[in-house]
Amino acid sequence: MSLLTGSAADGAATAGTRPVTPSKRPTRRTGRRHPLGRRNLHGWLFSTPFLVLFALFMLFPIVATLVMSFTDFGARNVTRPLEAKFVGVDNYVQLFSDDTFRTALFNTAYFVVVGVPLTIVLGLLVAILLNNGIDRARTFFRVGFYAPVVTAIVAVAVVWRFVLDPSDGLVSGLASELGMTAPDFLGSGTWAMPSLIAMAVWRNLGTVMVLFIAGLQAVPTEVREAARLDGAGAWQELRRITVPLLRPTMLYATVITTIGYLNVFEEPFVMTQGGPSNSTLTVSLDMYREGFNFFHMGYASAMAYVLFVVIMGITVLQLRLLKDNTR
Amino acid sequence: MSAPTAPAPAPAHRRTSRVRTPVLYAVASLGLLVMAAPFLWMALSAFKTKKDLTASPPVWIPGQWTLGNFRDLLDQLDMPRYFMNSLIVAVLVTVCNLLFCSMLGYALAKLEFTGRSKVFGLVLAALMVPGNLLILPLYVLMNKLNLIDTYAGLVLPFAAGAFGVFLMRQFMQSIPDELLEAARIDGAGEWYIFWRIVLPLVKPALATLTIFTFLGSWNNFVWPLIATNDPGKYTLPVALATFANDPNRTVGGGNGMLMAGSLLIVLPVLAVFAVLQRHFTQGIATAGLK
Repeated sequence: MSLLTGSAADGAATAGTRPVTPSKRPTRRTGRRHPLGRRNLHGWLFSTPFLVLFALFMLFPIVATLVMSFTDFGARNVTRPLEAKFVGVDNYVQLFSDDTFRTALFNTAYFVVVGVPLTIVLGLLVAILLNNGIDRARTFFRVGFYAPVVTAIVAVAVVWRFVLDPSDGLVSGLASELGMTAPDFLGSGTWAMPSLIAMAVWRNLGTVMVLFIAGLQAVPTEVREAARLDGAGAWQELRRITVPLLRPTMLYATVITTIGYLNVFEEPFVMTQGGPSNSTLTVSLDMYREGFNFFHMGYASAMAYVLFVVIMGITVLQLRLLKDNTR
Repeated sequence: MSAPTAPAPAPAHRRTSRVRTPVLYAVASLGLLVMAAPFLWMALSAFKTKKDLTASPPVWIPGQWTLGNFRDLLDQLDMPRYFMNSLIVAVLVTVCNLLFCSMLGYALAKLEFTGRSKVFGLVLAALMVPGNLLILPLYVLMNKLNLIDTYAGLVLPFAAGAFGVFLMRQFMQSIPDELLEAARIDGAGEWYIFWRIVLPLVKPALATLTIFTFLGSWNNFVWPLIATNDPGKYTLPVALATFANDPNRTVGGGNGMLMAGSLLIVLPVLAVFAVLQRHFTQGIATAGLK
């Protein structure tokens, strides 16, 4: 495939040069002048593969989801999409009186509101610890804290499910060693969501840590030393110097973590299947079920758009609130 | 928990106190242990017998090492096939991304053309679009194109990621214009310049992109779950999740098999990561901070 595209683009590029210098290769002067038409041609030729894929597999679906959300798109429309009937805003109206969807919205909010601050704060503390606290074997520690990020969520979710297993699991075993009884984490309506959050924090801590370490390394040592000479304690230094200077990093880390957590799907899919009694059903999982188990695709499309609007809204809000307002 | 806020050791006068340093190392080691515990538990449990798997209190080191879990797993699941499916999809996705993302990255960084800023705006917007917004009509489209249960169906939606374009553009911007101008004066075509001059100069970025794309594809779950019905086309995560959620799975003994399966998915990735870890952190920092 690469060969084909490559030679085609190459051929076109060569063809494009020909009208400019019909006789031979471009001379010094024409090479420098770059007629506008030719420059445009090259720019667009190099953009074409991406743009074609983008149009087909991103632009089209974004529009199609919106259109579908105003139809009764169902199982039979998978083979005959054009026969779906227009139903106006019915799907959206139905969504807001749908108790399951409301539960899913609440659960997703729970996951984000507890999970994001935990991830950011722990990521920041680990970053400071590994960047400023210790100076030997830093790489070793960083690799260790980052390792969960690179692993497949499905695989680690399966592992965590076993770790939290009420009878043979590691946690319940350790608890009984200490004479305590661990709850049935994933089987309890109270504990299932905190367990998923714990796993998400464990898995995403590394990303945030790496971002903060990069941010910390951009903080000049002089600033810190000056603060210390002025008699600032460790806590003051953290609050007054480090955190304010890390504001842009914190903004970026918060935004990407929030977007990721709002879309949470694999963890409940593998660990709890949304249970017990929908206590870990998230919006993405609800949408997947409506769309691909029941084939209520029009309805699921409306869910997708509601989630998207929520994500955009929260992102804009965060950009406003966390923006650098120190100057 | 106030320990991590210790001052940075300045090279000239190390002020880290005698007491504080060991405490900080202890905290860091404890944290590392918590991070590593699920992996250790997985790796060790994969080699445990049924007796050790259900032992109470739990045993870390298998009393008797066994490959039985792997044998059972291979009996029940066609792991080599899922492994190959995952590998083929990941390789194809990576090759496509390397080519298409660097092509557009080059155009955005070094070619002036009408509409360039609009195309870049499109790339930035694409970074923000969640997969949830796409999968429903994508499934219908792929079904119409008869691409469900094909490699093409698994690869095409991921063949040119916006992140890759962004990464390549950032790196290519640092190439001096004079160099490319000189090549043009010598009569080199744009494709020649891109292929022979620009790409060799951005090898580190290509390495970063390779790692991220390959990993993303290897770990990808939602789309392969939707785009495959035929178990023969399952990728590793889909096969493992389906097996894990199968109510008919042998109770009790299943955990050993699941740990063996997880190990087979995670181990290659962790091994590659341990060797190439520098590229990971660089990639994230570049994408995040520039």
